[in-house]
Amino acid sequence: MIEFYLNGEAQRCASLAPETSILELLRNELQRTGTKEGCASGDCGACTVAIGEPGRGGRLDYHSTNACITPAHQLQGRHLVTVEGLARGDALHPVQAAMVECHASQCGFCTPGIVMSLFTLHERQRQSPVALDDACLEATLGGNLCRCTGYRPIQKAARHMADQPDVRPPWADDSRLDDNVAALGDTLEATGYAIPNTLETLHALRRQYPTARLVAGATDLWLEATQRLEAFETLIDVSRVTELQAIDETPDGWWIGASVTYARLEPLLDAHYPAFARLLRRLGSAQIRNRGTLGGNIANASPIGDTPPILLALDAHLALEGPNGARTLPLDAFFLDYKRTALESGEFIRAIFLPRPENDQHLEVWKLSKRREDDISAVLGAFAWREENGCLRDVHLAFGGMDATPRRAQATEAALEGHPPDVATFDTARQALARDFSPLDDVRGSAAYRRLAAANLLERLRLKIDHGAVQEVCLDAYAH
Amino acid sequence: MRTLTDLARPPADPEGPNHSATQTDVRHAPAHDSATLHVTGRARYLDDQPAPADALHVAVGLSPTARGRLTQLNLDAVRRAPGVIDVITVTDIPGKTDVGPVFPGDPLLADAEVRYVGQPLFAVAATDFKAARRAVALAEIEIDAQPAQLDAVAAAEAEEWVRPPHVQQSGDWQQALAGAAHVLEAKQFVGGQEHFYLEGQACLALPNEDDGVIVHTSSQHPSEVQKLIAEVLGVSFHAVTVEVRRMGGGFGGKETQAAPWACLAALLARRTGRAIRLRLPRGDDMRATGKRHPFHNRYRLGFDAQGVLVGGDITVIGDCGHSPDLSEAIVDRAMFHADNAYSLGDARVTGIPARTHNPSNTAFRGFGGPQGMMIVERAMDDIARHLDEDPLTIRKRNLYRPGRDITHYGQHVEQTALLHEIVSRLETDSGYWARRDAIRAYNASSPVLKKGLALTPVKFGISFTAKHLNQAGALLHIYTDGSVMINHGGTEMGQGLHTKVGQVVARELGLDNSAVRISATRTDKVPNTSPTAASSGADLNGMAARNAAIQVRERLFDFAAEHFFPDPLPGQPLIRDNMRLEGGELVAGSSESGENETRIAWGELVQAAYLGRVSLSATGFYATPLIHYDRATGQGRPFYYYAHGAAVSEVIVDTLSGEYRVARVDILHDVGDSLNPAIDTGQVEGGFIQGMGWLTSEELKWDATGRLLSDGPATYKIPTIGDTPPDFRVSLLEGLPNSQASLYRSKAVGEPPFMLAISVWSALRDALSSLADYRVSPALDTPATPERVLFAAQALRQASEAKTPTKTPAETPQ
Repeated sequence: MIEFYLNGEAQRCASLAPETSILELLRNELQRTGTKEGCASGDCGACTVAIGEPGRGGRLDYHSTNACITPAHQLQGRHLVTVEGLARGDALHPVQAAMVECHASQCGFCTPGIVMSLFTLHERQRQSPVALDDACLEATLGGNLCRCTGYRPIQKAARHMADQPDVRPPWADDSRLDDNVAALGDTLEATGYAIPNTLETLHALRRQYPTARLVAGATDLWLEATQRLEAFETLIDVSRVTELQAIDETPDGWWIGASVTYARLEPLLDAHYPAFARLLRRLGSAQIRNRGTLGGNIANASPIGDTPPILLALDAHLALEGPNGARTLPLDAFFLDYKRTALESGEFIRAIFLPRPENDQHLEVWKLSKRREDDISAVLGAFAWREENGCLRDVHLAFGGMDATPRRAQATEAALEGHPPDVATFDTARQALARDFSPLDDVRGSAAYRRLAAANLLERLRLKIDHGAVQEVCLDAYAH
Repeated sequence: MRTLTDLARPPADPEGPNHSATQTDVRHAPAHDSATLHVTGRARYLDDQPAPADALHVAVGLSPTARGRLTQLNLDAVRRAPGVIDVITVTDIPGKTDVGPVFPGDPLLADAEVRYVGQPLFAVAATDFKAARRAVALAEIEIDAQPAQLDAVAAAEAEEWVRPPHVQQSGDWQQALAGAAHVLEAKQFVGGQEHFYLEGQACLALPNEDDGVIVHTSSQHPSEVQKLIAEVLGVSFHAVTVEVRRMGGGFGGKETQAAPWACLAALLARRTGRAIRLRLPRGDDMRATGKRHPFHNRYRLGFDAQGVLVGGDITVIGDCGHSPDLSEAIVDRAMFHADNAYSLGDARVTGIPARTHNPSNTAFRGFGGPQGMMIVERAMDDIARHLDEDPLTIRKRNLYRPGRDITHYGQHVEQTALLHEIVSRLETDSGYWARRDAIRAYNASSPVLKKGLALTPVKFGISFTAKHLNQAGALLHIYTDGSVMINHGGTEMGQGLHTKVGQVVARELGLDNSAVRISATRTDKVPNTSPTAASSGADLNGMAARNAAIQVRERLFDFAAEHFFPDPLPGQPLIRDNMRLEGGELVAGSSESGENETRIAWGELVQAAYLGRVSLSATGFYATPLIHYDRATGQGRPFYYYAHGAAVSEVIVDTLSGEYRVARVDILHDVGDSLNPAIDTGQVEGGFIQGMGWLTSEELKWDATGRLLSDGPATYKIPTIGDTPPDFRVSLLEGLPNSQASLYRSKAVGEPPFMLAISVWSALRDALSSLADYRVSPALDTPATPERVLFAAQALRQASEAKTPTKTPAETPQ
């Protein structure tokens, strides 16, 4: 039995198949068709809804999510807000009023999703207003595709939300809603779907259901349900296990729980690894960053996972737990082959250790993709190094998209290590890179492009190190 | 007698007689008539329509092979699967099995021959959507595969065509080339484009009590859907009613290619007696339906020392896929636009509709026009580099002008002054030359990042080139409370057509926009309609609606003259000749001083007319005048008029990675006297961004066996909000109405702005050209992905390092 609130009203749903998505629940069982299906793969944002979960101070925090790839069971103890839940009779919510005033809908099919993404922005603006500049709007709406408007009127609507009459949704009058949602509880053990709260319960469930798949953000697993029509017998949801949610700071760095979402990681990375933080904003849309987890990005072992090359360059390691106890493993030793990892049967990632940056350490992360926002990399290069007496030291280079797994470029590192960052050194490094990798052709890029672009990233690195030689070596200044 | 309703008092105007500017704007540019429904989630799309609880859901089995003979289709396991109620193959079709829209060639379900990956083989109706999809996967399909033709150029050379090639020619092109001071030639590949309407193909079929069906569909062409369903079922057209309330985007992808799904649903509804829902999952939609045609173009053109074209030869080869669909007209339109805004001189233009084993490529905003324009825009840049001139200088010298104003297909270009006006205003307003200098200076000192700038114009012909489609009908009712219902043959896909047509009727009847409502488009209200396509929706249907409104208005005037003014004063001008409808009233009498005016409220007039037994309903009709085209000679006047525009785009390119940004775009676009500036501006902006996506990030990729690899939004990348230029200045040209008697002298706006995005592609070439000191005109096929831009940059660097600078354009690798 899943218990949650929908637009302020209590809902109970029994006997949903484990692979049911929020979108299916809304459109089929609940007959709320305002939320649209555009792709069923989390890429277009037409199905965007807001989920309110108990946050600091007992208030509900709202974040956007793609209903098509979010498990319905994750609604347990949450407040689901859909496009039907914003207007107050005939009075439109400020987001809706601004969209009408600015002519921001044409065919209107993406509009409910855009309204909901803007609703989460509007809620945040109510708490602590920030400038609605291009970067902010891109971070909010980068995952909402519109094929009609070209987005300009949508940008305008976002900037005119605050000028509208402050109409609050009807459920906002219910002062007890925050408490009522929290009172529903965080745990669930429904048929085929369990949400444990503690590591201990998680271990018990794994013993009880040894073949059950683990799910956290579901941003990848759910594609098996929507695209390949898989039915899952049992799922164990690790997204609310307290220990996997923790970020523990040590003198040497941070242990980041495996089910910490990208969105929660952003402040930490902003403070310590700005290059990593910038990449995070290009890793996926807001909807994806709100759900996807660092542990998932690693355990998934995709050749083009965007955080693994960075974590490899930073010497991250993993805490694993399983039936035979706990162990740590350098990330370098984790990826064995295409989609194959060092995880043993029953083992899972508990946390990722991110070392604290040393003062003189440099990090650059460059992602190449067809589209800047919400696209999968053709090539991602992560470059960490120090300079000592005019020479490169502790050079760590890792690439995604260049092989069956993300991995370090060992020959290239060796060609750079201990050498001055001059043209001759980098010429040698580029030749070494050609020995390090033999990439493949695929839909995102040809092998020839990957080889040339990766080598050119080394040239970009040289120019970047060679301060003052060239004013502008990449387009960072021209991105929001 | 039955009572008439009490009339609501007209609301007092809070602004008084003197409206503020904003008030006037809102009246002139009302929001989309569904805007409030859109933002509240109440607007119903196909799959949101309620259906009976026992409705069935359909999934379609698609071919995994591009070409071959279907040797076995064993559906036993499919039939036995949980929830399956019915399964159909081609042998279950009672009527016609071919649903080709113009020419035959599109089997509704494959017979023995398979012609592309994604071709429908069978359909399954089950109790829910997932059950139907899971059942489809159980089919045993055996196909004796044969080598597929996936190369349009090879197909053209082998004379594998879906229709015969066509030639348009003016003057002696060979002599022109022989006498030209300079001759250049080049080839280009222009990639296709997935429509990516956010709402996929969908329909809902409800069986009638007799042998017919009511079908709700997301289609731009309800009458054709009606016709094809009737033919497939083997019933008369009047047994089939098709309704379209709105589409979640169309862009041409639902002009012909919505019909097969509606036919399948209708057939299953007749067979099962139950309501049938059919919607394609995104991946099936992208695999099974056609796209914008990829084109392989080439030119050989001669020009004088000033870069002015004297003539030459252009060939455009369209990759049509496996069947004709609309490809003949699409390749024709590519030919009609191979000149864009420039006089080609004595030229021959050849169009070849090549047949390949791909889905049948189809209509998409611009309908071949954009692909045709690309070749002459490539030539403009190439000529400029060859003569060491700025590309804008060359473009301006070649614009149609008096004396050089007849196209290669014989049509006179009337508004050449307007074309020059747009270009020169934009040149000034965008600060083109100052920015050109700044960009040259920047590029000289920036080895990695290079900026580029380009101004490109658009001249786009308005009319269906199939003459008979240039007609429209409307049905107008005035009810006895004074409210007005207008139906017309056009469909609403987001472009604001219903809003515009409603405005037309309100204007003719002197009413507020809110007094006029448009319901769904239905084949039983307005018959034999043309597709909503070719940018013609408002031009044709607005005129038909206006015609209906004028008929009723004249009837009301006749009635009012007799009823309210039975005894006109001798010597006074006739009351009948001085009536008008405005502000919700009939105004009669002299308007000079207003003293002799009589005002009768609209509702009162309507009720009096009803009691006086005057018909308050009318059908309107419109057919576009003047147009003709003779395919035998390749000459005529296929277009009623041209719509114009121009754009300046500035880009910055990272020549090490191939990444780029579009930094600033200035647009000036011609919509004649705008019907609704807010909606028109939306079309210009949206069309530009969609065109930019076509030329930049939207890459269709196929494997060697003809399977689409980019089959979802994870791999097919349309622009996001971050791709909208940070500096985006869009203006509508004002004060220059249409020279033809179009609807209030407005111009069509759906397609023309799409091609303004060619300026982005040209700007990328401009930035790249700087790598070789603007001496080489780079090859840059489209979409110009970072990969293509990087390889072009590398080729330029190598050309630049070569000892002998080349002045011929770099050859396009094929």
